[in-house]
Amino acid sequence: MTAQPALHEATTTAAGSAILHQVRAAARRRRLVAGAGLSAIALLAFLLAVSLGEYPIAPGDLLSSLVGAGPARVEFVVTRLRLPRALAGLAVGAALGLAGALFQRLLRNPLASPDIVGVGAGASTGAVVAIALFGASGAVVSGAAVLGAVASTVLIVSLSRGRAGAGLHGVRFVLIGVGVSSALLAVISWLMTSASLTTAQQTLLWLTGSLNAVTWTSTVPLLVACAVLVPAALVAARALPRLELGDDAAAALGLPVERARTTILALAVLLVAAAVAVAGPVSFVALVSGPVAARLAGPGRGSLPHAALTGAALVLVADLVARHLLGAVSLPVGVVTGVIGAPYLLWLLARSQRRFG
Amino acid sequence: MLGPVLVLAAVLLVAVVASLAIGPRALPVSIVWDALVATDPTNPDHLVVTEVRVPRTVIGLLAGLALGPAGVLAQGLTRNPIAEPGILGLNTGAALAVVLAIGLLGLRSLTAYVWFGFLGAALAALVVAGVAGVGRLGNGRSASSPGTLALAGAALTAGLGSITTAMLLTDPDAFEDYRFWQVGSLAGRDLGIAGQAAPFVAAGLALALMCGPTLNALALGDDVARSFGRRVGRDRSVCGLALVVLTGAATAAAGPIAFVGLTVPHLVRGLAGPDHRRLLPLAALAAPTLLLAADVLGRVVAAPREVQVGIVAAIVGAPVFIVLVRRKRFAR
Repeated sequence: MTAQPALHEATTTAAGSAILHQVRAAARRRRLVAGAGLSAIALLAFLLAVSLGEYPIAPGDLLSSLVGAGPARVEFVVTRLRLPRALAGLAVGAALGLAGALFQRLLRNPLASPDIVGVGAGASTGAVVAIALFGASGAVVSGAAVLGAVASTVLIVSLSRGRAGAGLHGVRFVLIGVGVSSALLAVISWLMTSASLTTAQQTLLWLTGSLNAVTWTSTVPLLVACAVLVPAALVAARALPRLELGDDAAAALGLPVERARTTILALAVLLVAAAVAVAGPVSFVALVSGPVAARLAGPGRGSLPHAALTGAALVLVADLVARHLLGAVSLPVGVVTGVIGAPYLLWLLARSQRRFG
Repeated sequence: MLGPVLVLAAVLLVAVVASLAIGPRALPVSIVWDALVATDPTNPDHLVVTEVRVPRTVIGLLAGLALGPAGVLAQGLTRNPIAEPGILGLNTGAALAVVLAIGLLGLRSLTAYVWFGFLGAALAALVVAGVAGVGRLGNGRSASSPGTLALAGAALTAGLGSITTAMLLTDPDAFEDYRFWQVGSLAGRDLGIAGQAAPFVAAGLALALMCGPTLNALALGDDVARSFGRRVGRDRSVCGLALVVLTGAATAAAGPIAFVGLTVPHLVRGLAGPDHRRLLPLAALAAPTLLLAADVLGRVVAAPREVQVGIVAAIVGAPVFIVLVRRKRFAR
């Protein structure tokens, strides 16, 4: 773009590049403002999550106990009870938001979030099998969920490969994911009918997605997983703009198309698995975060971190609402995200008709 | 036409006999016959047939009669080989409406909540049709892609399911009823329910059988259909009405059963070709067979426990769906 033909006046080129510069600066500013806004919301929700509750904590006490210098009683409530839950909410939201945006951009469809194309159903099946058949709880359920998510994705990927080894096909992947998802949901329904009412209710609670039972033992592995997976996913996602040009163009630009796509997909699935293992399939976070972030920050590469921030803010705020809306009864966070997500989904559906009918 | 009809009718007869004879207590055909023509109320074998197996066979016949043509209608209306009431989310729409009627309004009889089933199926149909742009085909637009349609249905299912879950978590009694109803089962429904659903199935079936020529015309595209003198919008509404009535009635009677409506039209197309005037009646014959076979399979496969027919249908039907998807070539 620098070597302009001699036909162009030097001044025209200069004016053009100045405009381009302005446009880019405006886009960067918008991304920064959106990022700051989302971070502020997430931080505020985080602080509220730590300080509000049956035993309210003043901001001063909160700060001193976070650095380990507060009254013992306050410190116990903050670091033992509320901090793991708030951190888990943050990490779950960020992981789901980022993974959802990766799926949506990789498969080029705003509806193709992991919970709809079968990854969520796989994780749920793993967990429900563990709960209903083996009476498992805690870490075993989490492990089963991770296993289920990975296994279902492997199944979907291998089924959606073309006969001539023609690589991962977007539409086919989505459709086969929907099919596998339906079969898995049938298995879940059957396990629920053959379990006792108590077990079935426990299963339903898990399937809704909840942070009520989170402790440090589940939060620490999640944080470690996110610390590895989120940067890796952001690096791998650098291939997305080239992938979005189409396979042939991307290959012409020297991108190993198949490997790039598989890497992004694998990281996204692991992010979903890590989040679901701790909190269950919190509905709609993965679906909603990407489009909302793109709307706030403008499209482009900047929107992936924004998607993670959006997811984190969404889960933290939803968990606050779930904890305090009904007074003593602590709702599972998935109910709140579901109630927010369902109308949003209908709106998205109505709008998507115009874009890809 | 006569050949396939005879074959399918014969297979259906076998399925009906199997459904009456096979189960946790296997009965020879002679006893089944005795139980039907000369019932002895003191004979436990006869009671099993008349009290348990006849009602569930009748419900299976009714649900199949409704779901087979419903699948043909869905695929014809959307010109999409993977369309099906379950995939499109109509079942979930009907299911949610029924659950709301049971849970919030306390309705208990089928005649009362069948209307909610229709309403839910109709609303879901409108939403999915709106999203996938079904009503606008042919006006210079390409057919709605299978991906959009299936995703719209899956997303709708997820959204409605989330609302249902939120309700159920706060109401254990409703959950206890719902978790058995939602899998789609022929068991535990008496003949009264069949009697209540039958008029709706009959009406929907009559309407559906009239839709054959319409679907044939629509298959050529809206513009061609219009040039044949068809009033496309009205025709489409009539077919849609039949689809909604059939899906709503089947769901109200047997719970949400997916994939039967997907599989049957493809099987029948293999027998009779693409003419919808043949497809609709043949699907009505073939779907009950499939449903009863799935039900019998569910009785024996995990004996003494029972796998409900909706689950067998999904586990058998999902691979069919996947094969269809794999066979199709997609423009990238």
